[in-house]
Amino acid sequence: MSAEDKNQPTAAQLAAPSLPKKHYLNSRYSPGSWLLTKDHKRIGLLYLMSITFFFFIGGAAAVLFRLELMTPQGELQPDTYNKLFTLHGITMVFFFLIPAIPAVLGNFLIPIMIGARDLAFPRLNLLSWYLYMVGGAFTIYVMLAGGVDTGWTFYTPYSSTYSNTYVMATAVGIFITGFSSILTGLNILVTVHKMRAPGMTWFRLPLFVWSNYATSLIMVLGTPVVAIAILLVAIERGFGIGIFDPRLGGDPILFQHLFWFYSHPAVYIMVLPAMGVVSELVATFSRNRVFGYRFVAFASVAIAVLSFLVWGHHMFVSGQSIYEGMVFSFLSFLIAIPSAIKVFNWTATLYKGTVTFDTPLLYAAGFIGLFTVGGMTGLFLSALAVDVHVHDTYFIVAHFHYIMVGGTVMAYLGGIHYWWPKMTGRMYPELWARISAVLVFVGFNLTFFPQFILGYLGMPRRYHVYPDGFQVLNVMSSAGASILGFAYLFPMCYLLWSLKYGKPAGDNPWNAIGLEWQTTSPPPTENFTKTPIVDYEAYAYPGSIIH
Amino acid sequence: MNKEFQLFPEAASSVASSVDELYFFLIGLTIFFSVLVAGLILYFAIKYRRGNRHVDRLQHPAPIWLELSWILFPIPILLFIFFWGASLFFKIYRPPDNATEITVVAEQWMWKLQQPSGRREVDTLHVPMNQPVRLKMISQDVIHSFYVPAFRLKQDVIPGRYSTLWFEPTKEGEFQLFCAEYCGTEHSQMIGKVVVMEPNEYQNWLAGGTTNEPPEVTGAKLFEQYRCGSCHTLDGTRGRGPSLIGIFGKQVRLNNGRVVKVDDDYIRKSIYTPAAQVVEGYQPIMPTYEGQLSEEAVMQIIAYMKSMTQQAPAAQGEKTE
Repeated sequence: MSAEDKNQPTAAQLAAPSLPKKHYLNSRYSPGSWLLTKDHKRIGLLYLMSITFFFFIGGAAAVLFRLELMTPQGELQPDTYNKLFTLHGITMVFFFLIPAIPAVLGNFLIPIMIGARDLAFPRLNLLSWYLYMVGGAFTIYVMLAGGVDTGWTFYTPYSSTYSNTYVMATAVGIFITGFSSILTGLNILVTVHKMRAPGMTWFRLPLFVWSNYATSLIMVLGTPVVAIAILLVAIERGFGIGIFDPRLGGDPILFQHLFWFYSHPAVYIMVLPAMGVVSELVATFSRNRVFGYRFVAFASVAIAVLSFLVWGHHMFVSGQSIYEGMVFSFLSFLIAIPSAIKVFNWTATLYKGTVTFDTPLLYAAGFIGLFTVGGMTGLFLSALAVDVHVHDTYFIVAHFHYIMVGGTVMAYLGGIHYWWPKMTGRMYPELWARISAVLVFVGFNLTFFPQFILGYLGMPRRYHVYPDGFQVLNVMSSAGASILGFAYLFPMCYLLWSLKYGKPAGDNPWNAIGLEWQTTSPPPTENFTKTPIVDYEAYAYPGSIIH
Repeated sequence: MNKEFQLFPEAASSVASSVDELYFFLIGLTIFFSVLVAGLILYFAIKYRRGNRHVDRLQHPAPIWLELSWILFPIPILLFIFFWGASLFFKIYRPPDNATEITVVAEQWMWKLQQPSGRREVDTLHVPMNQPVRLKMISQDVIHSFYVPAFRLKQDVIPGRYSTLWFEPTKEGEFQLFCAEYCGTEHSQMIGKVVVMEPNEYQNWLAGGTTNEPPEVTGAKLFEQYRCGSCHTLDGTRGRGPSLIGIFGKQVRLNNGRVVKVDDDYIRKSIYTPAAQVVEGYQPIMPTYEGQLSEEAVMQIIAYMKSMTQQAPAAQGEKTE
């Protein structure tokens, strides 16, 4: 891709940064060198392409049902609508959000950030991508064969006994993909423990590594539980063995306990890595050490631990004991504290910094704002009496999209822009990128803010027909979704464009501190020509105080 | 009833305005913190922008109290919201003793209701204003959820187990009823309305209708029809099964040594899966009535057993829930 640069360097190109002669992208070109690669960077890119594919499938489903929701009666058949929101939930949660940051950015960056040559188990890493693809293939099969209509939550006994759609194939797909997540988590844990470069102590690790470490703990400990829950649904459905359906002697609420025991921590699988990205972005673009580094690092671990103790807050109106509800409410308030610590520390990082408003910072600032709203509305849902009213309404839909889209997707896009020069060696077009960051922010808020109001008015989620009075807010939401859809397509276009036409970035286009900026862009296959020795703290920008 | 554009739902139950108060407090808190965080980010980002040369960037070690302050000061706020939300929740979920019991059977995709007078309705619930009403609910198939936004109340309706919800309407009129738990194809059509009436109008309404047989009377007929009496006596003598007079609300010892209370769920379970909890001293010989007696029929038999407990002289008027 850089033949021209190599053959005829002009005077301008000599002065400007150029691409290195040999790097991980041009070392080999054969299909096998990609499909059988053990290079974490190439596997990261394989994940990037795969999750982008699923993101646009999930997004297309959302576009269709947002169109449907423009009118109270709608055009689609109810079953079609139900399959669309299920497809949206399953692809976005299991095939986009969960792998997004750990498997793309984490895969690419963690070994480089800690000064290692690769992850601890490169073959396992490749296997994890293949498992993801096999699981994804099941999901595509289900989509083409006729769909599944249980919602991504698979509540029993609807999923295990009553639904006439492709529940089994979907369950198998998610079960397999779960192993991909477990293997990625395991790989990251072992890598961070065993592969750090000389001098890279735990408290010199970038916060991105800390947060992915905490995420990996959840992946390894939580995913088996959801795998078991889904397997049990399949057993009941396939063999009629009563586990969840009371007609067969089972307990439908048991499923909810098993499902949320994983799926609440899964929310943190999605958002913790995003917090790690934001820590990096805020530090780089304020040229300051992240304020309260150790507090932010331990907040990640605290969130990972507490995330396993709050699942019952999804079940306040499920008929569980009111005392159980009280305990889960209390624990849910506790988890607000580490989240608040992070928000205040990021804000304080800007203080006395040297701030530049590049695209990644716009995304990071958007993340902090939207995550704050998402987190604060989480308090509404932890407060028992308010949850009774807004549970299973659009209020919930708005709340978790503020966390997962306003939070995770913003951070993911910010991270993609920030590390794009490192991954590809070329800069993206800054002006277009800033416009698209602003569009994402505006489109997002127009889509999801009206849903808070709809939720308190009482519009239940998963309704394809609704009373006339809810139409104005639904139209606003759909209008926002069309802006958001465009704002997501836009970066894909100019990022692809930049692969050929982007300016060569140079090793460290942001003047950032961190091992990933000390190697070339793109890095060589072995990441560093010689093992780096770390003798400085993380984010040791000039003038920063290291506590 | 949700015909016109609105930004805030009407409040029509005894708890609705209390829930709204907490909601507004939380909105205030959200605005405060969002504006604080967004304001600080904008202020710092602009003040310390690279182009600003007239700003002091000399850093000093941050005092530890700063970090501690934002760790500690949210705690009392969070505890305050927790206690507020929890105490209101307890109020919402503890029905008063004098509440009128209405039974609700949910199935894909309708609500079937029966008043204590026996009048039945589908997808519409008539209730008297300013009087507590308790719903005893069960689902015939999948999980549903009984949700009346104007009352700010919701309770999942589960198959295989009774759940209850109580409310006291404070406004006359019609209010939207939704199924809030996704239950299949016609989930969004599983809607209805709650009609709140003046108590005397309600009494008149109760007198109308075609079926006005109180549930306990139907229950007594079912008891005859299914020959329950051939094993269960009603005079306290021992038959092949325990006598059913005056047992409601009592503790019984099972043949596995456990002691359970005879409540709605216990009786329901004993009819559908009799072998699961057999009373001490009896043989597990009772056949299941699953498939023969509907959820509504079981509720009527339970009503009959409760009424016998009220008539029985030895009975202690214990509460059921």
